Amino acid sequence: MALQVLDPTAEDVAAETTHAARLTSLRGCAVGLLDNGKIRVRELLDKMEDILRAEHGVARVIRLKKPDASRPAPADVVAEMKAVDAIISAVGD
Amino acid sequence: MTYPAQLQAATYDVTDAFEANEFYQEQGWTDGLPIVPPTAERVAACLQAAGLEADDVVGVEGVRQRPLTAEKVAINAVMAGCRPDYMPVVVAILRAMCQERFNMHGSTASTGGSAPFIVVNGPIRNAIGMNATHNVLANGNRANATIGRTVRLVLINLLGCVPGQLDRSTLGHPGKFAFCIAEDEEDSPWLPLAQERGVPAGESAVTVMSVAPPRQIMNEWTHDPEEILDTFAAEMRHNMLTYSVWSGSYFLVVPKQLRELLVAAGWQKSDVREYVFRAARVPRRQWATVGKANIVNRSGGPDQEFTALRTADDLLVVAAGGPAGGFGSVIPPWLGSKAQAVTQTIESP
Repeated sequence: MALQVLDPTAEDVAAETTHAARLTSLRGCAVGLLDNGKIRVRELLDKMEDILRAEHGVARVIRLKKPDASRPAPADVVAEMKAVDAIISAVGD
Repeated sequence: MTYPAQLQAATYDVTDAFEANEFYQEQGWTDGLPIVPPTAERVAACLQAAGLEADDVVGVEGVRQRPLTAEKVAINAVMAGCRPDYMPVVVAILRAMCQERFNMHGSTASTGGSAPFIVVNGPIRNAIGMNATHNVLANGNRANATIGRTVRLVLINLLGCVPGQLDRSTLGHPGKFAFCIAEDEEDSPWLPLAQERGVPAGESAVTVMSVAPPRQIMNEWTHDPEEILDTFAAEMRHNMLTYSVWSGSYFLVVPKQLRELLVAAGWQKSDVREYVFRAARVPRRQWATVGKANIVNRSGGPDQEFTALRTADDLLVVAAGGPAGGFGSVIPPWLGSKAQAVTQTIESP
């Protein structure tokens, strides 16, 4: 006998999610670098900042920090992210 | 057409249950085990049993603002093999997991590979036939198995916790298939866990926390409560040294044989907590004994002391397990207090 079965996934959420417009260039942009609290992430982001400025013409870099790697960024940090054109959320270790 | 109008999920036509299973497996909509086909009738029965409308929101995962709608939760509960009368328990578990202190996003995405451990208290345990005795941490009981499994299917299908995608577990552990037990309230004079955490007697509740794999202990060579608890505390210390030193809540599952010795000595759960709080601590220097000498001299130096528990109340003591054998289980936190135990009452419709 034929069966009709139901979709178990978050189909409604997938349909509603939209991405921000993609950047075609980083030149002149403000970029946020999110330190997620992992070991060595500071060194990783230092290097990334150098590359972004020297090779991609990034105008402004804002350094942001989560209190630790295992919990979400607090609301004030998320609010700061809104001031930039792009965010890099980094994993260290 | 028997499809209730209020259901919104997309539908698929299949020839039979075997084809349904093959289709769901191909879509990646399972934990790897076969599923029960979620038909509209079965899903509607689950919603009715929990007194929910299809579009009710059971909870919202806070980091990505993902709603868990009752309809989708019920679909996953049917797939897991739940009977409709298990649904109020499933709903309470997910409500607990959506609270901020549970830290659902962090604990389910982590390389550390945790599983939600669920303890059910109150009259609903017996009403739905849950197991609190033989083989309690493992297989054999439909309610324990399928309620636990539903949580995993919800994480996979509604929150994207697919291994290698949002679930970044390096190893994971077997509790990720299902890790749900009842407390043996009838065979224990101790206060049930939920009541210790503020739920009135006679009400049903779940307590849920993200945990690392269980570590089994055995001590059949003493009747002394302190010696019995020294064995549990030693396992906690070992977890601190070999896994994670950070303090948080640990579950101790205490089966009947050891429980009766503690009870005979007049020890309540509160006495167990106080003793273990004092016993489960390590100095930094002991890391040298487990291959971690490189971190002995960091921070506070070799004599710096760490406690397994932040306070005695962090210890969650559960009476459960088969009647014979001097065994017990230490179930450590996923990562210290980064994810905490949440107790939620179960609402009957």
